[in-house]
Amino acid sequence: MNLASRRMMDRSFTVLGILSILVMAGALLCLLGPIVIRGVNAFVFRATVEHRQMLAEKYGVGDREAVKRELAQAEQHRTKIYRMISAYEASLEDESYAMRREMGGELDELKDRLRDLLGPFPGDPDPILMREQYGETRWDRALVVKDEVIFREEYDYSDPSAMGVLVHVPRADTFEGTSLAPLFPYLENHLSDILRPRWTFYWRFFTTESYDAHFFGGIWPEILGTFYLTVGAILFAVPFGVISAIYLVEYANPKNPLVALIRTCISTLAGVPSIVFGLFGLAFFINELHVSESKSVLAGSLTLAVLILPLVIRAAEEAIRAVPKTYKEAALSLGAGRWRTICTVILPAAMPGVLTGIVISMGRAAGETAPIIFTAAVSAGGVVALGETLSQPTPALPWNIYNICSEHEAVNEIRHVQYGMVFTLVFLVLLLNSTAIWLRARIAKRLRGA
Amino acid sequence: MTETMVNLSTSDTLADSAGVKIQPHVSCHDFSVFYGDFEAVKKARMEVERNRVTAIIGPSGCGKSTLLRAMNRMNDFVPGARAKGKMCYRGQNIYSSDCDPVELRRRIGMVFQKPNPFPKSIYRNVAWAPKLNGYRGNIDDLVEHSLRQAALWEEVKNELDKSALALSGGQQQRLCIARAVAMQPEVLLMDEPCSALDPIATSRIEDLIHELKTRYTVILVTHNMQQAARVSDFTAFMYMGELVEFGETDLIFTSPKQERTQDYITGRFG
Repeated sequence: MNLASRRMMDRSFTVLGILSILVMAGALLCLLGPIVIRGVNAFVFRATVEHRQMLAEKYGVGDREAVKRELAQAEQHRTKIYRMISAYEASLEDESYAMRREMGGELDELKDRLRDLLGPFPGDPDPILMREQYGETRWDRALVVKDEVIFREEYDYSDPSAMGVLVHVPRADTFEGTSLAPLFPYLENHLSDILRPRWTFYWRFFTTESYDAHFFGGIWPEILGTFYLTVGAILFAVPFGVISAIYLVEYANPKNPLVALIRTCISTLAGVPSIVFGLFGLAFFINELHVSESKSVLAGSLTLAVLILPLVIRAAEEAIRAVPKTYKEAALSLGAGRWRTICTVILPAAMPGVLTGIVISMGRAAGETAPIIFTAAVSAGGVVALGETLSQPTPALPWNIYNICSEHEAVNEIRHVQYGMVFTLVFLVLLLNSTAIWLRARIAKRLRGA
Repeated sequence: MTETMVNLSTSDTLADSAGVKIQPHVSCHDFSVFYGDFEAVKKARMEVERNRVTAIIGPSGCGKSTLLRAMNRMNDFVPGARAKGKMCYRGQNIYSSDCDPVELRRRIGMVFQKPNPFPKSIYRNVAWAPKLNGYRGNIDDLVEHSLRQAALWEEVKNELDKSALALSGGQQQRLCIARAVAMQPEVLLMDEPCSALDPIATSRIEDLIHELKTRYTVILVTHNMQQAARVSDFTAFMYMGELVEFGETDLIFTSPKQERTQDYITGRFG
């Protein structure tokens, strides 16, 4: 090959490399961008006066008087709407039965949508669910609900060869000519006067329990549960993993076929699908060993520990193997036994690698969903005290993300909470990984002697 | 135990040329080391005197490092290595089953070819072995004393907390000597201690070896014949696993008895 073609090859490879890195970076951005933007939106958003009222009444925060003043200012607009409705209701009394029936149905639907937007009407009985005690607390959601007030969804079946087409019919058409007709433009024009949106940082999203099925955030039990499970898994997996790694590197005879078999098993274990670990945890830890009556943090931690054990062993093995042989020779020549050599020289020198492995497995344990479905996670639950972890199940971020994205009764209304949870999980894992990088750099620097 | 030692020593000690019986510090008798089927050291016989520097020379792969490492049983960690024959320390066979190799290595320290300080501070490197062995005295004094013996104290006394890996190669090697000396051994084995160092650091280490022999018995492996001639009192020449000739350095370098020794030191091979 001549010089020119060699240069060509080099150059094209450089371009290829840069291209692939750019594609990867782009993919990562496309993934992380929406998660971050929408996730942050879960706790930084334009909150309505309903939100402030809720905070004042349920958590006793904020200026109660100021909220009252705000509500009083919004009151005139609300009263106008309520008056229009009661006037229309009264006028319906004089209509024919058929008319009353038809328009009454339409009116009830309208009133329900308005309750979603503004909270209960004056004179309504106190609702039980928290989400029904207040109107929309978020401005972005309020705009969506406003559209639901103004438009009615209908399916158009006029084309027999196609499926029904969703059309939005203005309710104003239905109530045209009645005393209710001015309500729609009025609502449209005065919505911000009624709800008074204001930017807010809602940190209670992270620190409170979920009241009423995550409608208002409150993911503290999930964060705490994830923390318990991760720490528990590490507590079980690290001692076993590191000791196994020491045995495999320092004590086991590499030519022994049994040791080779064990190595193969560890590699295989690392590749087993996580749902299998979940079922194994249920069958073994709960049904066989009865570590707890039913799902519990303990059983989940044990299952996750088994899952990350191969990772820990591998990382520790690599790290111990990477310690220069000369350290070991030096220690042995100074009259240290094998065990002393391992404890005082080899393990400290292997520490950066071992730590990195531990933290990466922490990230893995924090994010795993399948193993905890059967062993630890529940979709609704409060904060679990440390003493209850031996017997009680807990909500946890990965499982609850799945749950509120797929099995929640109002999946569409709590998109922000879903993104908020995903953001929290990604943030926690990234935090763990950057801790690993930082720790590693620090220890490595100390060992190098800078 | 003492009984056996005395017995062994009387039976194994050979009369020196003058006919006076001197107990050798370290000695081997028909001592062989095998790596699997390969005989790396073939029936070596030599006696190392107390407080003398003994050099082992020979071409690469002749088994001189293997013989040296056999003296404190460092070959135990080489898979497939086994020893045959007798290697005696103060008359006691160190390959007998009642010899504790860990205790032996505390008496026979070792300095390696490449400087291998621990990734710890200078102070902790030197204090490591005494602490391990439960040294009762003042460790700070011992560290200073050891570093002084290794001629390193003046250079590092103000930065004992600095990592040992930040030192230069020659300083690191002297630190390793200090670390071995801090264990208060009787014998120091040195496996080509200067081969990774520049000439200035080498001459410092050679000066140091001169001083060390007042306190310790030094056994030195080197492939540098000038070095052997400069620092040693006795020289052993090894070739292809055989210990060809052993005697006083002056005699070996001026009038070797064996033809192969003659050929090697005049540079005809190796």
